[in-house]
Amino acid sequence: MSRLTPENVELAKQIIRRYPRPKSALIPLCHLAQEQDGHLADDAMVHIGELVGVTSAEVLGTASFYEMFKRHEVGKYCVNICTNISCQLMGGEELLEHAEQTLGIRSGSTTNDGLFTLEDVECIAACTEAPALQVNYRYFHRISNDDFDQMIDELRSGRLDDVVPPHGVLAKVRQDLAEEQIANITPPETQVMPRWIADEAAKNDPAASEGGQA
Amino acid sequence: MIGATTPAPTLIDGVPAVVSSRFGVEGGHTIDGYRSTGSYKGYEAIRKALDMGPSAVAATVKDATVLGRGGAGFPAGIKWGFTPAGVWPRYIVVNGDESEPGTYKDRVLMERDPHQIIEGCLIAAYAIGAAQVFLYVRGEMAHAQERIAAALNEAYAAGLVGRNILGTNFSVDIVLHWGAGAYIVGEETALIESLEGNRGMPRLKPPFFPAAKGLYLKPTVVNNIETLSNLPWLFNNSVDAYRAIGTDASPGTRLVAVSGHVNNPGVFEIPQGTTTFRELFESPIYGNGIRTGHQLKMFIPGGGSAPWFFPEHVDLPLEGRVIGGEGSMLGSGAIVVMDETTDAVRAALRLARFFARESCGKCTPCREGTTWQEKILQRILDGHGRPSDIDLLLDVGDNISPGPYPVASDAAKGLDAIPYPPKQTTICPLGPSSVAPITSAIRRFRDEFDAKIVKRNLIPVSVESFEDAPTLAESTDHGADTHV
Ligand SMILES: Cc1cc2nc3c(=O)[nH]c(=O)nc-3n(C[C@H](O)[C@H](O)[C@H](O)COP(=O)(O)O)c2cc1C
Ligand code: SF4
Ligand code: FES
Repeated sequence: MSRLTPENVELAKQIIRRYPRPKSALIPLCHLAQEQDGHLADDAMVHIGELVGVTSAEVLGTASFYEMFKRHEVGKYCVNICTNISCQLMGGEELLEHAEQTLGIRSGSTTNDGLFTLEDVECIAACTEAPALQVNYRYFHRISNDDFDQMIDELRSGRLDDVVPPHGVLAKVRQDLAEEQIANITPPETQVMPRWIADEAAKNDPAASEGGQA
Repeated sequence: MIGATTPAPTLIDGVPAVVSSRFGVEGGHTIDGYRSTGSYKGYEAIRKALDMGPSAVAATVKDATVLGRGGAGFPAGIKWGFTPAGVWPRYIVVNGDESEPGTYKDRVLMERDPHQIIEGCLIAAYAIGAAQVFLYVRGEMAHAQERIAAALNEAYAAGLVGRNILGTNFSVDIVLHWGAGAYIVGEETALIESLEGNRGMPRLKPPFFPAAKGLYLKPTVVNNIETLSNLPWLFNNSVDAYRAIGTDASPGTRLVAVSGHVNNPGVFEIPQGTTTFRELFESPIYGNGIRTGHQLKMFIPGGGSAPWFFPEHVDLPLEGRVIGGEGSMLGSGAIVVMDETTDAVRAALRLARFFARESCGKCTPCREGTTWQEKILQRILDGHGRPSDIDLLLDVGDNISPGPYPVASDAAKGLDAIPYPPKQTTICPLGPSSVAPITSAIRRFRDEFDAKIVKRNLIPVSVESFEDAPTLAESTDHGADTHV
């Protein structure tokens, strides 16, 4: 298994409907597949290609550009430590070293029990809260070595399950845009002047109501 | 601290909170919170805008001079005006891909005040006649995505987004989109490529200026999260009130993130153009001083892409033109403070490594150049630097972004300019940006580079060691055994 499940196909179709062109849904759908399997499986990419109407090679072409898509199994928890400039200044590189020791792995690899994958990453927009890290893209700010060890313990024992879902799950709240709510999905091929613009133009110059907005 | 903590509320000195008034408010991210807390009442601005009509709304934004807060500082009202007449549909893409090293402001806005962004989107869409708004949030920001998704669901349910908004003929869809980890996708044309489902590689400008040929090659306005967050306050108040804050050329406020070696790092909303770096570093409501017991060595005034500043620059105001005139940029409001404990080579290497990792690979000078910059700096730091390495670094930089640079002979003549704005041999400014930290470090701290390089060349070479060395014949014999 790793094609999308029937429920996820429904979700995928809902997501695709929001875009003027289906291919725009490609990245959100890859996230959906990663949420389902923990990583982006080959079969899922084939399936996504079918759903958005491109070849599986095109899906791979796009997905392989982006760091978050893991094409192989990774740990249940991806621990991403920022070592970019603000964090480097506040000990991010030393924290990474400590993490390597605590987990017994080098950055870029996964523990034998399949629980943790460790990575050093670029700025995660928490620069004033350095050194910062993310676990499955959930933030942990101003982390000392002791904090780190405690965090790993809590992740192991499941005490952080509410805060940190398994790898692949991003936002736990989705935009639900039901078909009947959609107002204005407009494919590029249409040449429609929006109502409120046309109405204003007509009001200002009743003679030339279809002339476009000046 | 463990947990998804967020920074202390913004502090403001005698200036109204334009975008940050709900940062410290519990529940400020909900629709009720947006309507009942903060420096203005939420979703009143869109009512006013709808009464004014689209042309008047566009004119207001132009008159107020709302500068872009994403990096380039281009006035939003003028950018909106570049959309060609009579070409439909038009789209808006909101840039929430915040990933410039040192930048931390859009995430706060997305997590703490998502409705403010949505109302900003509505005003912009109404003014330019956009059919759809795509809110592109950085992939790594799960919590921001949750907050925006929840806010959109609330706003749709309340009839504030979607069909016939507030009973008028204005209808727009706002779609939450999210990325998957790539700094370059913050560049507007790459953002559009990514939104079309492609690899996030920038397009060549011209012809692909988004305002004319953007998403699906249709007129597209790309604005930063913070830029649009200013609009609700503006329409609740007035052009005059907005222009009364800051300076004439840079009215309003902006969010800055002060990080690194200060006592109180944080995200602050400051009036544009008037506050100096010194105030920002030393005032108790801002940075509260360089780390106790230490002195300022250098600082980055506008994100990892900006040339560095030094102690003599601290009395400059944070005003785009002034900083531009001094050879750097305010960029994305990311101020990184480094004290005397900072190793200039190590800091430059970290930034070089960032650009090498994030180059999209489309242009040769950037793809190859950034990689070599990283390699050379790494070997200097590791003690394997070669005496020619400094000139080599400058030469590589010169190929990405043509000089003048402080090559050795120029330095003797007192020439040390970093070209600003940088010249480009590349499709987008990422490549040229990679040169700035390195030339900054070399121009100021050449001695630190030299010290690291010289150390390695102190391997003792004496007459005896030559005498002990194997003769050519011996070494050839030896070699024949081992190097098969
Ligand atoms: C390499 C590169 C990265 C960028 N990253 C961002 C970013 O993360 N967020 C952003 O708003 N603008 C970013 N920009 C600037 C955008 O291209 C664009 O100018 C901006 O989003 C326009 O919005 P504004 O006019 O409201 O500032 C980046 C530009 C470059 C060249
Ligand atoms: S300058 Fe670098 S990042 Fe920009 S388009 Fe060229 S290769 Fe890509
Ligand atoms: S530099 Fe680490 S979060 Fe920005």
